[in-house]
Amino acid sequence: MVKQEENALPLYKTPLYFLAQELKARLTSFGGWEMPVQFSGITNEHEAVRNAAGMFDISHMGKFTFQGKNLITKLQYLVPSDLSRLQPGQAQYTVLLNPEGGIIDDIIFYYQGENSSGEQQGVIIVNAATTSKDKAWLLQHIDANELNFQDLSKGKILIAVQGPKAVEYLQPFVQSDLSQVKAFGHLEAPVLGKTAFLARTGYTGEDGFEVMLDPEEGVKLWRSLVDAGVIPCGLGARDTLRLEAAMALYGQDIDDTTTPLEAGLGWLVHLDTKGDFIGRPILERQKTAGVQRRLVGIQMQGRNIARHGYQVLSAGTVVGEVTSGTLSPTLGYPIALAYVPTQLATVGQQLEVEIRGKTYPAVVVKKPFYRSKARVANS
Amino acid sequence: MSLEYPGDLKYLDTHEYVRLEGEIATIGITAFAVDQLGDIVFLELPEVGDAITKGETFGTVESVKAVEDLNSPITGTVIDRNEPLLDAPEQVADDPYGEGWFIKVRVNDPGEIDDALTADEYSAQVEG
Repeated sequence: MVKQEENALPLYKTPLYFLAQELKARLTSFGGWEMPVQFSGITNEHEAVRNAAGMFDISHMGKFTFQGKNLITKLQYLVPSDLSRLQPGQAQYTVLLNPEGGIIDDIIFYYQGENSSGEQQGVIIVNAATTSKDKAWLLQHIDANELNFQDLSKGKILIAVQGPKAVEYLQPFVQSDLSQVKAFGHLEAPVLGKTAFLARTGYTGEDGFEVMLDPEEGVKLWRSLVDAGVIPCGLGARDTLRLEAAMALYGQDIDDTTTPLEAGLGWLVHLDTKGDFIGRPILERQKTAGVQRRLVGIQMQGRNIARHGYQVLSAGTVVGEVTSGTLSPTLGYPIALAYVPTQLATVGQQLEVEIRGKTYPAVVVKKPFYRSKARVANS
Repeated sequence: MSLEYPGDLKYLDTHEYVRLEGEIATIGITAFAVDQLGDIVFLELPEVGDAITKGETFGTVESVKAVEDLNSPITGTVIDRNEPLLDAPEQVADDPYGEGWFIKVRVNDPGEIDDALTADEYSAQVEG
């Protein structure tokens, strides 16, 4: 193994950091933040989310609000998805694109509708490590004064409560009927007496809510949920859960050099129903000619775990690279995501992965690796 | 943290331990290593008959999150490896210094471990 090393750079801490310390969580640096990687153990936390309820401090994520007369029109130009079809209270998972069709970040846009002066309002949640990059990009392409942009990244707490029993555990603290909110729906409602933003979204493949609120109420909510029996979870379980659900991790599975069509995010690209947007010519070309490579799900045939950066081979020749890999706690075997040439991207295709100098058999499988029964019933 | 570091073992600062009995060395990882790794899910160990060399990698241990090389504290030939553990690597955590051992090695020169850390030195390093 390796020796322990001290972190060289000072790291940001979320307002819930001291609660992770109280619970003796193991901490790690992630995207410039010192975050809990695990509390009671990754497997235990993972199973809690799959079977009951777990919660994550995701306050490190970027949180922007917008308000203005032509919000949708402005944002439409930055993403491949048709935001104009969103009704108030609905949300769209989408990506910010660069002119090469590469992904600047994956985001969720929550459309809140129009206020009394006819201004459209919305919330965008982005990845922690990309918050300043996204902010600069957004401000470059929209008129901040016209749209009244606010960065709540450091001011608000974000807690994700996830799992088949998440709604049951969260409901007592919320003065609104959460069962009425559809998947990807959202609302503003009092949480512990003070208005908060609640969205039925998450990053685990399970049902659940993400709650954005002020630090004081956030700390109270976290403590109350712990007392109620919700299992605190760290970034470790967040990674195994999202990978089983085949949700992309920015910086690993998708980045500035991958397009949504290559990344299996073609369902975000609405070329037929919307007008011009940054990256459109590249995506049109890829749609017509087909992409050269695709992000596929891989199941290892043995116990060896394929990890980020490992090479993928076909008949002895290197054809691609693993972007994410782990032992799936739910399935009990190693799973991975990897980019491979399109002709090798069909389900059932035999491949190999090089692990520490040897190659091991793998097969392309359908994504996601795991699909929650509760979530299917709910959406 | 109050983890145990038995006094009859020698330690590497990379968290492997060695128990030397005559010319037979038993090698595993410390309670600190197990605690740091979290859930151990995979173990790769040399075959019986393989030669291992002091300071070089002899295998790997993987947790859900990380993969770590195992460094050999001594030079010799593998005479036994913990087969049941390969099928149930999570059991390292139950008894790292007992049932959770990794390999047994017939050593070339028992004096090679003289420069390894004592329990006190090791515990001062990981808990200091």
